[in-house]
Formats: sequence, structure tokens, C-alpha cells
Amino acid sequence: MARGLDKLDHPERRRRSRGRTWLRYVVLFAGALVFVFPFYYMIIGSLQKDPDTSVTGVLPSGDLTLDNYTQINERLNLVQSLANSGIFTGGVIAFTVVFGVLAGYALARLHFRGQGTLFAVMLLVQIVPFQLLIIPIYVLVVRTYGLADSYAGMILPFAINSTAVFIFRQFFLQLPEDLFAAARLDGAGEFRILWSVALPLVRPALVTAMLLTFIGPWNEFLWPFLVTKEADLQPLAVSLANYISNIAGRASNPYGAILAGAVVLSIPAVALFTAFQRHFTTSDLGSGVKG
Amino acid sequence: MSTDTDTDTAPVTRSPGSRSRWSRLLGRQPVGMAFAAPYVVFLAAVFAYPLVLAVWISFHDYFFAAPGAQVERPFVGFENYQAVLSDPAVRRSFLNVLEFLVINVPLTVVLSLVLANALNAAIRGRAFLRVSYYIPYVTASVALVAVWLFLFTQDGMVNQVLGPLAPNPSWLVNSALAMPVIALFVTWKQLGFFILLYLAALQNVPKELYEAASVDGAGRFRSFTNITVPGVRPATVLVVILATITGANLFTEPYLLTNGGGPDGASASPVLVMYQKGIEQGTPDTAAAIGVLLVIGVLLISLVNRRVLERD
Repeated sequence: MARGLDKLDHPERRRRSRGRTWLRYVVLFAGALVFVFPFYYMIIGSLQKDPDTSVTGVLPSGDLTLDNYTQINERLNLVQSLANSGIFTGGVIAFTVVFGVLAGYALARLHFRGQGTLFAVMLLVQIVPFQLLIIPIYVLVVRTYGLADSYAGMILPFAINSTAVFIFRQFFLQLPEDLFAAARLDGAGEFRILWSVALPLVRPALVTAMLLTFIGPWNEFLWPFLVTKEADLQPLAVSLANYISNIAGRASNPYGAILAGAVVLSIPAVALFTAFQRHFTTSDLGSGVKG
Repeated sequence: MSTDTDTDTAPVTRSPGSRSRWSRLLGRQPVGMAFAAPYVVFLAAVFAYPLVLAVWISFHDYFFAAPGAQVERPFVGFENYQAVLSDPAVRRSFLNVLEFLVINVPLTVVLSLVLANALNAAIRGRAFLRVSYYIPYVTASVALVAVWLFLFTQDGMVNQVLGPLAPNPSWLVNSALAMPVIALFVTWKQLGFFILLYLAALQNVPKELYEAASVDGAGRFRSFTNITVPGVRPATVLVVILATITGANLFTEPYLLTNGGGPDGASASPVLVMYQKGIEQGTPDTAAAIGVLLVIGVLLISLVNRRVLERD
């Protein structure tokens, strides 16, 4: 029916396709602006002596200052908060890599009783977010195990990231079976095969899974907020949130200080994901999506 | 969900009889149990047991007691559920999350598919665009809420730009607008992740289909609606399920952005109400009942989505 298009003159078609390319660029870069602008505004706001919310305030004007950073640092102890975030996140990543790789390998490459059930539960865990179980987990960790105000209590509910286990499984599944058959024929034990055959081949998956795992604890607010009452133990996300909801009203330039804290909290995540962006691409996630 | 083919990898040394008996009982590589054991223990401790405990608490008169104290916690049947379902604050929070989903889910699906489709072409600046799309996703809500507070406050930039068109009362303290602003915030924050999911799905749509359509004279829009949209349907199921889960999870945004689900509970989410009841007011039993209802709700919605969207 619409065969007529084929008969269009070439210049006409080319003009139309060039128009579409322009439209594509406009859509994509307008989108990018919407995503990036708040970050830019966060930085500008954190450097202003007095908050300038007018439209011209978007442009960096003369009196930029680092006062806000000093002010938030006096209130929160940024270094300690960052260290707490680092310990929390580092602990989760360590547990996820060690035990997640073992579980992912077992799910992908070994046949054992209960494997199907474990796989089903792993998928179920990703559907039921842990926030919904926050009350019993709070009762268990804080009341029963007595882990309030401790790094262990903070790390425990996040210790092994199920999405990372899933990614490990997918990557191990993609390796050719011959490789494993040959190694087993040579008499290598499963741990040996995992360590010296399979693991070196899935190194990119390790980076991807570590990046994905990083997002959770570094940005998490609810759980560390519940489990830590001592300011010395609070990760930055929690101490900044407490500052926003309690203390900010008393500061001379509350937004400046808040935004300075927000910049400090954002930088590690943004820097990591920009530096390792090659490891957080469609193909890495694709293998996870195809299931 | 594919498991690998059943190639026989038996060690040659063992006698066939004992091997098959063992493998029938434990599987061909029982060492897998040892490999998976830490993860199994973890799942039991922070998922299975809490799930059971949540149900148990929700059926008992449960309260926090001093550590070590022996207290009686009598079985109360559905009393906690009755209390929860007749509580206007709880009902309000469920309606709020519904409002959130009605705005967030369609917006997420449409915007992420359109942007992923535009990004799928080989164009300049692809890496830059991809990174700028997902940086909100990898950044802490707490940090991003700070900027949105600054943007949407009474004399913030958004109202400055709107001038006389600025809503009164302002966005975050307006009971009709607080929830939509939260829905918009979450859409913006999560979109980059969903764009990546759709980009992955687009790689699986066969190129020949587009070529055939273009030979048949179908325009870009026609091939988008007739090839791309059905081609990425499995990803759409996943996006809808994940976006729904995000909605059920909502806590940080109403807690910080609208100052505890304000104004007057207009933007309170179920998890926020759960926190207020369970931890602040010390009634973990009713809070656990909310949690159980939410788990059931999330599972039901995932199931329904699968059925509806995967039907061919």
C-alpha cells in the first residue's frame, strides 16, 4: 500500500532522513540536559555564599566560596561519615564477590539437589524488596542479635547481593561446557576449576557486579538510618539526611550546606560509573536480562 | 531460563552403582551444595526467616520489650489486619502509591523506550549520552532530594521561572502536587536504568524485520509501533514489574522531599507509614501486617503483569 515511498526521489529521501537525524539529536541532548542539569545546579548551589534561586543564579557569578563545605564538615564530620559509608559498602562488596561467585558458579555449572529451588528463591528475592520486611529484620538484627550501632548490623541484610549472584550465574553459563568437561577429565576439583579456569574468563562480570553492588549500600538510607543511632557510625547518606530534616533550619545558608554534602555524597558514585562506564553497558546487563 | 545441557561429567574412577545412587540423592556434583551454602544461609537469615516472622508478628499482639524480658504475646487472629485496613492513614498511603504508579509506570515505559530507541542508532556522543542518562540512577536519593528541595521550594528556581504560574501552595506543600512531584522525581532518577534494559532488549530485535518493513514502505513510526514495541515486550514486562517494586519501596523521597509524607499524609507511602507505626510509635504488629499486605500485593502485580503483557 505504501510502496509509493520507494519511488521518491533520492534527494527528497535524504532530506527527510537528515531531518530525522536532527530530531534524534535534539531529543537525545534535551534528555541529557534534563538528567545532568540538577547535578550542575547541585555544584553551583554548593558554592554560592547566599542561595540565588533566580534564573541568572544558574550561571556561576562572582562570589563563589567553599564556606558551605566547611560548614557541613563542622556539623557532620565528613571524613568519618565517608569512612562509614566506605566500610559499609566495602563489606557488602567483599561478601558479594566471595560468596556470590561461589553461589553463581554452583547455580550455573554444578548439578546438586535443591538447585532449582535455590534459583527460584534467588529470583523471588529480587521481586520482594527487603524494605517490606524491614520490621522483622529490625526485630531480628537489633533486638535478637543485638547488632544495633555496629557495622555488622549494617552489612548483614545486604551482605550478598542477589542481582550480582544472578549476573555471575549468567556469565558462568555462557562459558563452553567442553572447558569444564576437559578440566574435570584432568581430575581438577570444582574449586580449582572455578579459581583457575572459570574466574579468569569472567573478570569483566566481576567489575560489572561490583559496580551494581556498590549502588545499593552507598546510597541506602532506610536501613542504616534504623540501625545506627550513634552519629559516629552513620554513613554519609544517613548523616546528611538527618542534617536535612533536623539541623538545617539553624544554618545561615542551609541549602548551601546541604548541597555541599550532596556533592560529597555523589562524587564517588558518579566518578566510579564514569570511569568504569565500559563495564556498565548494554551487553553486560543484556546477559542478565535475557535470563 | 536455560540450564546447560546434560553432558555427563562423571569422574571415571568411581563404580557406576555407587555413583548413581549418590547422584540420585544429592545430584551429580554435591559439592555445589557447599558452594551455595553461604548464600543459602544468608537467604534463610535475611529473607525466609524474616518473611515467616513478619507473618507471625502480624497475627500476634507484638510489642518491643526490654532485652531478655519474658513477655506474653497472645495470638490475636486478624485483629492487626483489621486495624490496618480501617486506619485512614494506611488507606491513604495505599491510594498514594496507586497515584504514584499511575504517573510513574507509563511515563517510565514510554520515555525509556523512546530514548533507548533514539540512542540505539550509531550516533556521535553515545557514550556521553548513556552516562548522563544513568548518573541519577547511581546517585543517592538523599543527595538528589537535596537538589530537588532547592529547585522546588517556595522561592526555588522552578517557581521563579513560572512566576505568576507558580502553584499556590508551592509544590512540596501542596496536597495535590506532592505525590506527582515524588513520582516525577523517581521517574527521573530511575529512567537511566530502564533505558539500559531497553537498549539490551533492542539488540535482540532482528534487523531483517526493519529492512523488510522499510521495503514494504513502512515509515519510522510504523516500524516503531509494529516491530520495536512488540519486539521488546519481555523487557516491558520487566520494566513494569521493577517500576512497581520501586513504588512499593518508596521511603526516602516522602521522608525527606515532602518532610515525612506531608502535607497531612498526602504523600505518605506504605513503607513510611510502616516505619512510623512500627518504629516511631512502637506497634510492630500492625506495621508487620502492612508489610505482609505489601508483599502479597507486589507478588500479585508481578503475576498479573506477566500474564497480561506476555499474552500473545
